[in-house]
Amino acid sequence: MIYLMKEQNHIISTIVEHKPGVLYTVANLFRRRGFNIESISVGPTEQSDLARMTITVKGDERTIEQVVKQLNKLIDVIKVSRLNPASIVTRELALIKVRALDTKVRSDVINYADIFRARVVDVSSESLMVEITGTSDKIDAFLDLMKPFGVKEVARTGITALSRGVKSIKIE
Amino acid sequence: MVKMSGAQALVEALERQNVEVIFGIVGGAILPIHDVLYDAGIRHILTRHEQCAAHAADGYARASERPGVCMATSGPGATNLVTGIANAYLDSSPVVAFTGQVNTFSANSSYMIGRDAFQEADIIGITTPITKYNCQVKKASEIPRTVKLAFHLATTGRPGPALIDLPKNVQTETGEMEFSENLEVRGYRPKSEPHPIQVKKAVKLLLEAKRPIVLAGGGVISSNAFPELLELAELLMMPVATTLMGKGGFPENHPLSLGNVGMHGTRAANKLILEADVLLAVGTRFSDRTTGTLDEFCPDAKFIHIDIDAAEIGKNVKVDIPIVADAKETLRLIHQLSVHQLKQRENSPWFNRVKEVKDHFEGENNSSDCYLKPPLLIKELRKILPLNAILTTEVGQNQMWAALHFDTHKPRTFISSGGLGTMGFGFPAALGAKVACPGSAVVDLAGDGSFRMTEQELACSVMEEIPVTVIVLNNSMLGMVAQWQRLFYNRRYSAVELKSVPDFVRLAEAYGAQGVRVGSLKEFSEAMKKALKSEVTTVIDVPISPEEDVFPMVPAGKGLNGTIGG
Repeated sequence: MIYLMKEQNHIISTIVEHKPGVLYTVANLFRRRGFNIESISVGPTEQSDLARMTITVKGDERTIEQVVKQLNKLIDVIKVSRLNPASIVTRELALIKVRALDTKVRSDVINYADIFRARVVDVSSESLMVEITGTSDKIDAFLDLMKPFGVKEVARTGITALSRGVKSIKIE
Repeated sequence: MVKMSGAQALVEALERQNVEVIFGIVGGAILPIHDVLYDAGIRHILTRHEQCAAHAADGYARASERPGVCMATSGPGATNLVTGIANAYLDSSPVVAFTGQVNTFSANSSYMIGRDAFQEADIIGITTPITKYNCQVKKASEIPRTVKLAFHLATTGRPGPALIDLPKNVQTETGEMEFSENLEVRGYRPKSEPHPIQVKKAVKLLLEAKRPIVLAGGGVISSNAFPELLELAELLMMPVATTLMGKGGFPENHPLSLGNVGMHGTRAANKLILEADVLLAVGTRFSDRTTGTLDEFCPDAKFIHIDIDAAEIGKNVKVDIPIVADAKETLRLIHQLSVHQLKQRENSPWFNRVKEVKDHFEGENNSSDCYLKPPLLIKELRKILPLNAILTTEVGQNQMWAALHFDTHKPRTFISSGGLGTMGFGFPAALGAKVACPGSAVVDLAGDGSFRMTEQELACSVMEEIPVTVIVLNNSMLGMVAQWQRLFYNRRYSAVELKSVPDFVRLAEAYGAQGVRVGSLKEFSEAMKKALKSEVTTVIDVPISPEEDVFPMVPAGKGLNGTIGG
């Protein structure tokens, strides 16, 4: 009777009414039921009255099933899909401010950024700001490289994702 | 399109929903609506506390299967509703609540939302986790659609409370109202038809079962599946155990009835459910009070779970055959498919076993001392009350005695706070039930602790001429807690003694109700019969032993086979 499964990250994509209070309702559901949000990203969709929330949740199979069902119960949540990791594109954007006092460090950071197809977007006398886009793993790897230089600040957007191929979620 | 004020539109929208009664309390931020109600055909019943307005609306809904409506002003009026709304949410009861709110915009800009204005409370934020739907109306012209939506959501699918928050300037502003609008809710499509393949699988499993058993929950009652369940249980000779919310979903004088199962379930139900090889669970959420510890619950059974709420499937137990659908329709289809394939089961070994176990536990609870025994009183009460009488309960020992000993034969005649366990629910719920069913006798079986929490509604009952009977099983204790302290805390009676304050007879009389104290079964019987004929509410005070326990009982954290007492 008891489910024993290991916890891992799952990506849930939801289409919701684009109006005030919906993010609160969704966040409140996660808090109340004790589900953990690893990351959440929200933005408008191709239809102006709809928004997409991409939520990364950590949990076992049973928890994720409950998350999907509970989300489906919310009146302002129109569509909930679990994305299959094998056939999706996921992206995250990060802004990273690195301490760079001398030219040696500056050129190292710029070289690494080039390799990762990241861009330097701001320069000051003591720091560089790098913009990087990609999967979360790629950003993690880049951050590891930056650590020895001294990472002053990081801002990550959380994962956003879409399924590959021609299929799409259409809401009438 | 019609031009009118928001308050007028609200009352018009309520009339279009055939609302006849509103329970509530007026206040500053809801004045424009009460001003319109002054001339309208809807009865407004003034309770003495907003919590009771919500409970009364809840009782009204459960007794009548029509949505109950309650109304309160902003701030404390709204927050006082919260316990009642949470109660309705946990027991899936269709209550629609309206709250006043401070202005969205005002010339005197300190009296508006977000400025911490006088009597401002974020009731939308507060009630989001305890409503099926809530919404703050921002423009008067949105009122007709919002009201229609709230009633639709509260009453369809898995029922539940909805709340509409109405800023005062929205009530007074004039708008173009469209009442005939179609209701398209793209995020809400409750499923009522079961999947045919799942039904077939369920039928196959049930027909092969040697020891099938039904666990009937509140969903049986809210979907009006009483006749379908009875027919199917008789066809397959399946005994039926009910949850507290399911009580009344199956006639308890039936040979197949096992009564309630769970923490204070009957011995027979708790024993037999563990022997089942197939459990047909209908409209239940497998609450901890029903199952006991889960890993000992029905170890040998395969589970069929019918529920209209997909999120209940697999939430607490793993299910073999899930069916997301309306209980009534699903039971009808299972019956239809089974009837052709069935061999007679009348004298099956399982049915004989059910009889044997039931007979074995028959006739318990026959000790005696100088006090009146609650089980005997409740059995006497059952004999006095007609079948259509409605019994509400408070929460605690009174509730569990009622669940164990008040045989209920019809749906919607046993009304109790199951999920939230709200002391003080029974009396206002009885008032709501009486308003919904004026032709039925309505009795609140209370404890002294619970009744004290909402006793002020005696004023409402007298003033509004809603006569009910309150039986106070008075042990001068918070009895259920005292029972736990007796059993599990070495008789350390911490904070449970109530010391017979107040005198309930004189309290009732102070309100203009009738009060009587009884000391024997005969006196009780006489007082009860008199109360049924009375035109005002009667409070019957029944002193009982402070040492009285409710048995049988499964201690918290134990399996159903860990039943003690009785």
